[in-house]
Amino acid sequence: MRSVSFSRKLPSRAQPNSLAALPNFRRGETCLARKLKLLGLFLLSVGVCAQAQSPTYGLGRAPTAEEVAAWDIAISPDGKELPAGSGSVAEGEELYVQKTCFVCHGLNGTGATAPRLIKRDVGEVDDPWDYGRVLPIRSPYATTVWDYINRGMPLGLEGTLTPDEVYSIVAYLLFLNDVIEEDMVLDQDSLPKIEMPNRTNFARVPDWFPGQPRLEGYPY
Amino acid sequence: MSSKQSDRREFLKRGAALAGGLGLAAAKPASGQLPDPEGMIVGTDELVGYGKRSRFENSQRIPHGGRHSPDAFGLDFHIAAPLQESVGVITPSSLHYVGTTRGSFVPDIDPAKHRLMIHGLVDRELVFTMEELRRFPSVTRLHFIECAGNRSRSSHTTVQETHGMTSCAEWTGVLLSTLLEEAGVQDGGEWIVAEGVEEVKGASTIPINKAMDDCLLCYGMNGEAVRPQQGYPLRLLVPGFEGIFNVKWLRRIKVVDQYYMTYNDYGHLTQDPATAALGYQIGPKSVITFPSGSQRLPEPGFYEISGLAWSGGGKVARVEISTDGGRSWQDADIRGEPQPMAHTRFSMNWTWDGNECELQSRCTDELGQVQPSRAQVAAFWNQPPDQVRVKGQDNSIQPWRIDSDGNVHNAIS
Repeated sequence: MRSVSFSRKLPSRAQPNSLAALPNFRRGETCLARKLKLLGLFLLSVGVCAQAQSPTYGLGRAPTAEEVAAWDIAISPDGKELPAGSGSVAEGEELYVQKTCFVCHGLNGTGATAPRLIKRDVGEVDDPWDYGRVLPIRSPYATTVWDYINRGMPLGLEGTLTPDEVYSIVAYLLFLNDVIEEDMVLDQDSLPKIEMPNRTNFARVPDWFPGQPRLEGYPY
Repeated sequence: MSSKQSDRREFLKRGAALAGGLGLAAAKPASGQLPDPEGMIVGTDELVGYGKRSRFENSQRIPHGGRHSPDAFGLDFHIAAPLQESVGVITPSSLHYVGTTRGSFVPDIDPAKHRLMIHGLVDRELVFTMEELRRFPSVTRLHFIECAGNRSRSSHTTVQETHGMTSCAEWTGVLLSTLLEEAGVQDGGEWIVAEGVEEVKGASTIPINKAMDDCLLCYGMNGEAVRPQQGYPLRLLVPGFEGIFNVKWLRRIKVVDQYYMTYNDYGHLTQDPATAALGYQIGPKSVITFPSGSQRLPEPGFYEISGLAWSGGGKVARVEISTDGGRSWQDADIRGEPQPMAHTRFSMNWTWDGNECELQSRCTDELGQVQPSRAQVAAFWNQPPDQVRVKGQDNSIQPWRIDSDGNVHNAIS
């Protein structure tokens, strides 16, 4: 049991000495205020640690395992929540028409009203980022593609695709973008292992803690 | 009571009302020089039950970003608030800006059937009804929300177009930390995934530090229930973070061990760490709402310059105003007590001499962060000063040019 992660992170990230070296905290008052704030947070987190062992209010009920399973549609990059099932490129190609994906996204994944699904025609590029903001090529993880189609497609009939259908459509879109071979079958084991071209090719959001400036030294 | 007596009472009541009206009319000055009202607003059951503004007040939201809203299917897209007519710091709920992750129908949710689930890396998974959530200790706080796309362009003519994708309301609800402590966050619970119940089930990944610091689960907005366009019956407020994190129609909080890279998270992806940082927590920002673009000063003379300032980093500490295009600055008055991550009204007494001039405002927050000019942004990114592209969320200074005829224009080139 622990309270919050800044109880662990603050000492390493926010030593008073390193804070004093940052331009924004050179002014005496701000620096003192900040130290007091950090001390307060530390004490707060200690307090939370000591008391968060049992529920205080006793409100709410425990969900059943079935409820959690039915609601939990968030898929992590490691794919641990992916359901059983599988799908192929060929099945996905059929479903792309059958489920009317093409009406909004175009027969070739572009040229219609909804966001394009096929990488921009820029030839060979050094940086796969240059294929554009196109989910099945830009996304660092294939799980994001699976998750979004599963939760948000097709428009007006969201949540109606079976796991097999979602695996198939993801396979087709990844094949269209030259990420996987035509004979690949996707399932809960193979999908998270796909090496998307931008897998490490993006900037992480910054670690956040209370009272943090958005970017040190910006813009002057 | 017989029906005759009842009629008699009704007659007496009406007579009294009539007499009251006559009394007011009789109190009118004999000179007759003061303007009369246009007439009377007739009372109706509807007006008694839920009031409405004067027919002479017509402040309206507008579709933002060039997409018609609602469209032919009734889908809502982005809608901007009329900041040019705002007074004080609270945006009326009916005029609060609206953002959607894609064009969407606003879900029609029966609060008696709505549930919030907290699960994942917790000691006790929990499901709450709205009634149970209202039994928790509550907090009420002023907070702004701002869309990542709230970006001034030279083609924009009014402050509604340049800055209307932000609003500020008084929010009431339960601290997310209260519920997370109730559930007991386990070791390794570094993030939460918050998810709505609308058709696309919009979800965002939020750091546990923020979740435990000041996030709110809101059922109240400006003294009544949160409006459907704002997430009725329950929305998440992530004070100071970009708009998309403030998940509406909230149904689920999952405590997780890693960044989940939801579709919403993916939408913010960039290759540059500095741009990523600038597209996360909102910077210090301000804008003059009077005089602002497309307004007109009728004559030289006294005016109160007025505007709004805010920051995702905390309270507004200082606002300065320049009337000479940024060459010199004067401290503005702060109206009311600044609140953390809330719109703050500022103003300055000013006499316009009738000459062309340029007004700007500059916000400094309690962390010492200062709102930059577009030239300063260009210098930071080594961009040509005439082709500024503000990366991340745009908090650059908004210039308004006043011509000698009193017309006010957007001075971004």
